[in-house]
Amino acid sequence: MKTPSVIKGLRLGQQIAIKYFFAAMILFCAQMIFGLIAGLQFILPEFLYQILDFNVTRMVHINAMIIWLLFGFMGSVYWLVEDEAGSDLVGYKLGNIGFWVLLIAVIVVVLVYLIVQVGPGTESSLWFINEGREYIEAPRWADIGIVAVMLIFFYNIAATFSKGKWSGISGVLVLDLLALAGVYLAGMFYSTNISIDQFWWWWVVHLWVEATWEVLVACIMAWGLIQTIGASRKIVTTWLYVEVALMFGSGILGLGHHYFWIGTPEYWLTVGGFFSALEPIPLVAMLVHAVYDAGTKNLKVSNHPAFAWFIAHVFGNFLGAGVWGFFQTLPQINLYTHGTQWSASHGHLAFFGAYVTINVAMFYMAVQKLRGNIAMGSGLLNKYRWKTSLILLNVGALGMTVALLIAGYEQAFIERAVGGSTWSGYFSAQRDSTFIASMHWRMLFGILMTVGTFFLAWDLLTIGKKNKNPVFETT
Amino acid sequence: MNKEVKWMSESLWKKIAIWVTSLMLLILVALTFDTVSQITEGTSRVPDYSVINNKIFYEYDKKRDILAPVIGELSPLFGKELDKSEAKELVNLGKLTIQAKNCMNCHTILGNGAYYAPDLTKAWLDKGWGSESVRETLMLSFLLDPETNARSFGTNRKMPNLGMSEEEARGVIAYLKWMSSIDTNGFPAHFESIEQDKESK
Repeated sequence: MKTPSVIKGLRLGQQIAIKYFFAAMILFCAQMIFGLIAGLQFILPEFLYQILDFNVTRMVHINAMIIWLLFGFMGSVYWLVEDEAGSDLVGYKLGNIGFWVLLIAVIVVVLVYLIVQVGPGTESSLWFINEGREYIEAPRWADIGIVAVMLIFFYNIAATFSKGKWSGISGVLVLDLLALAGVYLAGMFYSTNISIDQFWWWWVVHLWVEATWEVLVACIMAWGLIQTIGASRKIVTTWLYVEVALMFGSGILGLGHHYFWIGTPEYWLTVGGFFSALEPIPLVAMLVHAVYDAGTKNLKVSNHPAFAWFIAHVFGNFLGAGVWGFFQTLPQINLYTHGTQWSASHGHLAFFGAYVTINVAMFYMAVQKLRGNIAMGSGLLNKYRWKTSLILLNVGALGMTVALLIAGYEQAFIERAVGGSTWSGYFSAQRDSTFIASMHWRMLFGILMTVGTFFLAWDLLTIGKKNKNPVFETT
Repeated sequence: MNKEVKWMSESLWKKIAIWVTSLMLLILVALTFDTVSQITEGTSRVPDYSVINNKIFYEYDKKRDILAPVIGELSPLFGKELDKSEAKELVNLGKLTIQAKNCMNCHTILGNGAYYAPDLTKAWLDKGWGSESVRETLMLSFLLDPETNARSFGTNRKMPNLGMSEEEARGVIAYLKWMSSIDTNGFPAHFESIEQDKESK
């Protein structure tokens, strides 16, 4: 076999991955700062009123998240592709160009969000300022750019596997990337009709976060388990297929839980209620799988922070996406909770538990090799840094979720059940002392998370720099 | 656990994964065709845009045990009856404005969006406008100068001035009126609508 091309100890794809991870971490910090501002605006509505209004701060908050998670995923795939394919990356230059194009596009989009903010009611506003559709606000020109970069990315990954060898993990991964890019197209058109608009909008949002992203992280997790604890490839691959069957088996029609109230026919109440109630099952399977594998290996792992974050991922995914989603997925309950802080509570823990965690785990995988394949176990210096950030981020996310859940309960009760779902009902709920207290608690936990994020950035920049012990073999 | 367990074989689960995914996709595609045909404007669930020429009631439907919109007699928006294409044009201007002004990152629309400001699904029918006779005027002046005409119900949360033109504001109001006629399977829960003139139904 040909010797792999290596630059400064990293393979070609891994060089690109480091760039993606670096940009992702900066955007993660930005997400936190804008989250804090938006959270503060709930408590002090005058804060930055008419300067950076809530619709701008919140948009930057959620867009920074979507983009940094995507950056993290793309980086993760670039990171593992050559090891998994047993071959050099096909398009190193192309991958680099893709990265820079995407990064510049993101910077321009964010600057326009912050400076121009809103435009007149014309098609050109949607093309050049923002599309005004939650999560996929990026203007249409940027959509086209994203698709072009995704095509480059897809070609690079698929061609590298074709040149090298295919495996169960890579097969699932490539098909999933194709689906991930494909469903994005469903969000790239305009309709006057809000029911049609939201119908297709959910194809992107749901089929990304509750189907294709979940399968993508399952692939990363499968690879991660082999790497960190030397799990058997055969067992990991079989589990991956089980998870795909369960994930797509429940998640594709689980889309129906977004079709309860948008004008869509009543049969979605049954279809959506039933299949989305099944959605936690694959997450339980993932949890059992990872904990079982970890147990069989007596937790002898070469990278403690990465493994801790992998474990945080399986618990977070199960709790945030699974349990918190299940709470309100049945239509009888959802009628009261949909569009209240319940959704915010679920959203925060699900995105954190399912996707932030696994990206952070991959950052630690990458940084280990970047610093010369050092052992990141018990002999690691300054362990308090990664442990502090792990605790702050997880406690912060959980605390914020509980605070928002209490606010959601209160809202469902005062605004919906008692207040007749009117504007005055809405504001009665927002004025209630429980709601206001919840918003303060959310703020406190948000600050903890932000401090945790900066700790994480500091740790990633410094971890292992003074360690000289090489990693021990796990397989 | 060294022995291969038949039902845990890799090839079996690979086949199951492929079959299950394909079957679910197929069902989703079939349901999509049916749903899109039922939610295209001009159907009983999603009325044509010219519904803005009529009164829209929100009433309890005994058979379905939910509140549902009912279209009443002629009651043109801003006193001017529009033909189908004019109505569509006005509602479309409203939709473009709602997207361009990024309303969804404060409000929810059909329950989706952000939670900083009230849901807009039945905004047209909201009690907060007092009575049907002053509703249009109040909505228009609010949208054109939301800071002065703030409706924050004691929370200090005010809508910012988004620089809407009068035509855009009229479009938004037309949009909200049309949206209130969509059959949302009873969402939002227990909605108490503005006092309605039952005689004119």
